Amino acid sequence: METDGHFARKDLLGLEDLSSEEILTVLQAAKSFQEISRREVKKVPTLRGQTVINLFYEPSTRTRTSFELAAKRLSADVVNFTVSESSAVKGETLVDTARNIESMHSDIIVVRHPVSGAPHLLARIVKSAVINAGDGTHEHPSQGLLDLFTIQEHKGKLEGLKVLIVGDISHSRVARSNIYGMRTLGLQVTVCGPPTLIPVEMERMGVRVTYDFDDALTKTDVIMMLRIQMERQHGGLYPSLREYARLFGLNRDRLNRAKPDVLIMHPGPVNRGVEISPEIADCTRSLILEQVSNGVAVRMALLYLLSRGAYGKAAH
Amino acid sequence: MEKLLIRGGHVLDPSRGIDAEMDLLIEKGRIAALGPPGTLLAEEILAAHGRCVVPGFVDMHTHLREPGFDYKETIRTGTAAAAAGGFTSVACMANTQPVNDNRTVTEYILEKARLEGSANVYPIGAVSKGLGGEELAEIGEMAEAGIVGISDDGQPVRDSHLMRRALEYASMFGLPVISHCEDKTICPGGVMNESFVSTELGLNPIPNACEEIMVARDILLAELTRGRLHIAHVSTAGSVHLIRDAKRRGVPVTCEVTPHHLFLTDEAVRSFDTTTKVNPPLRTAADGAALREGLRDGTIDAIATDHAPHEQAAKELDFSMAPFGLIGLETAFPLCLRLVKEGVLTLSQLIAKMTVEPARILSIPKGSLAVGSDADLAILDLEKRYVIDVRNFRSRSRNCPFDGWEVQGKAVCTLRAGEIVYEAENLRERSARTSWSYDNLPRKIVY
Repeated sequence: METDGHFARKDLLGLEDLSSEEILTVLQAAKSFQEISRREVKKVPTLRGQTVINLFYEPSTRTRTSFELAAKRLSADVVNFTVSESSAVKGETLVDTARNIESMHSDIIVVRHPVSGAPHLLARIVKSAVINAGDGTHEHPSQGLLDLFTIQEHKGKLEGLKVLIVGDISHSRVARSNIYGMRTLGLQVTVCGPPTLIPVEMERMGVRVTYDFDDALTKTDVIMMLRIQMERQHGGLYPSLREYARLFGLNRDRLNRAKPDVLIMHPGPVNRGVEISPEIADCTRSLILEQVSNGVAVRMALLYLLSRGAYGKAAH
Repeated sequence: MEKLLIRGGHVLDPSRGIDAEMDLLIEKGRIAALGPPGTLLAEEILAAHGRCVVPGFVDMHTHLREPGFDYKETIRTGTAAAAAGGFTSVACMANTQPVNDNRTVTEYILEKARLEGSANVYPIGAVSKGLGGEELAEIGEMAEAGIVGISDDGQPVRDSHLMRRALEYASMFGLPVISHCEDKTICPGGVMNESFVSTELGLNPIPNACEEIMVARDILLAELTRGRLHIAHVSTAGSVHLIRDAKRRGVPVTCEVTPHHLFLTDEAVRSFDTTTKVNPPLRTAADGAALREGLRDGTIDAIATDHAPHEQAAKELDFSMAPFGLIGLETAFPLCLRLVKEGVLTLSQLIAKMTVEPARILSIPKGSLAVGSDADLAILDLEKRYVIDVRNFRSRSRNCPFDGWEVQGKAVCTLRAGEIVYEAENLRERSARTSWSYDNLPRKIVY
């Protein structure tokens, strides 16, 4: 493939330090991989003989499955390594686990971890390429990339678009990765949520902050709703799901006031009736399921670009 | 060694206002005399030409980890690290296993230090039994055994009533209450400073108010009780303001700052390096500037390391699981010497904040080169440039974020009670008493 010229990295840890050329390289590669998933025989030999390890310290269905499918469609061997809480209790450090896995001669490690920075620690130690599949409340770069890809598919462009991200910004790795990627590509981002769920000095990330969903939604090209976690209620971050849904839930009334061609996105899993009402989640402007299918193509692109061959070629 | 002469050094003793080239004579472990160069005699000589001779540093905030956590540090290794950093006295915190909340543990620490220590060890007793924050520990018994202050350190006394009683009760023994100020209810799960950096990294934040709320409370309680309060490791601009105001009102409060809060900011956490995980957390450059102002105007009395050793395995955990703390005994002086270059403190002021000031707060007879006092001193090379390398540390642990930093200034020789406890360079020089003549002395020492 001719699209790997701008991607010479060992790891993909976040979108923070990716250049616009690098992001566009991934999106272009994803476009060509998208076609493979639509074939009757959904498999190419690109990563034959390479080993991809899905190292998941957190329960995840869609991201793990998406990476697994992506790897399999590229003919890589995939092992799912789910670390239960018990082995953390046993005292094996992340570093130990990483060294163990590396001893099995992995080529790419896809890691999901509940703590920010864990993949960075891993990447410093192992020779394998490391893909961050979500670290704590820090970054989720493959999600950010698939969101950009999905928007581009529908709008035909990215630069200049207005995006509104709504919900628990503080605890969202999806929001952070999207903000980094979108800022790099020249989209205008506004974040919206109660002040208790927006971290300090948010504006310095290059976004606008508002608490007024009703005002913000009328001016935007994309509305990205985030999942609200039920347990945050106990931390005094919002009083009840009912009140949250009233202030920050996307429903028919609100959607009627948005631009007619607004795109509705959600990284999933959706709390139906809380951040997004069921009829909206399933409406024609909702891209939620398309995000999922595009996720496989974007992850194929990432695996391809980070696989030893691509890395080696680009390095020379 | 009956008599030992430290010859030709620049003696700097802020406790007595000495700042001159002098010879210093040690006899039977005590300072016997100070005199102009060439006026004193001894068989054993340490040549200190071009070096600075200061009272041994006093660290009022160290974790020696023994008993109970000897895989992190021991009294032997911790005091060896102290000596290597120019420290001759350290006050060790009570969060050992068992907790130093009774005289038996206090006596154990003191005995162990007597047998194995390279520095004088002054135990800090717990405020509450088991650091539980509920009942006062047997402070009187521990005072008899030799504690020099009380603190629950990392488990700060939450209950304001107990804190009030601790201040009152400790005043009977003249002991300061050392408070690690942190209202843990405001930062559940917090691991780093709340700032733009925590926003970007998505790590649970600890706001400045977390510290300042308790600084304010403890100042009010000290005002109420007139008990002596010492605020440990001040890290925020707000804390400096609160303490400055309190001192102006005459509240009996003192405080310390650590080198890491002066020379690192929360930007260092971007590496996700767990050696930068410390409590209180590394703050912003604005806080660092306020801490410097506090040092300059005397609001901040002392520099202390909060030397907190942790085994490698613990620091190999991810950022949220890894324990708080970093080690500082072997890097404190070269880092703090930068304050002199920055113009924040004069060299004499810096030495005071590392010697006589902490000694005064703990009411221990240290930090001075007065004739008759124990010959605890450090010979410093202020010019020596080198790169900090944790592999050379005496400490049992390696959790130091300054590894690889290029620094200037080093304790090249440390003496405790006249005995050399650390020697980076051999300064010894033999001189036959009979043939001694000032003119024959080598002017330049070749190492």
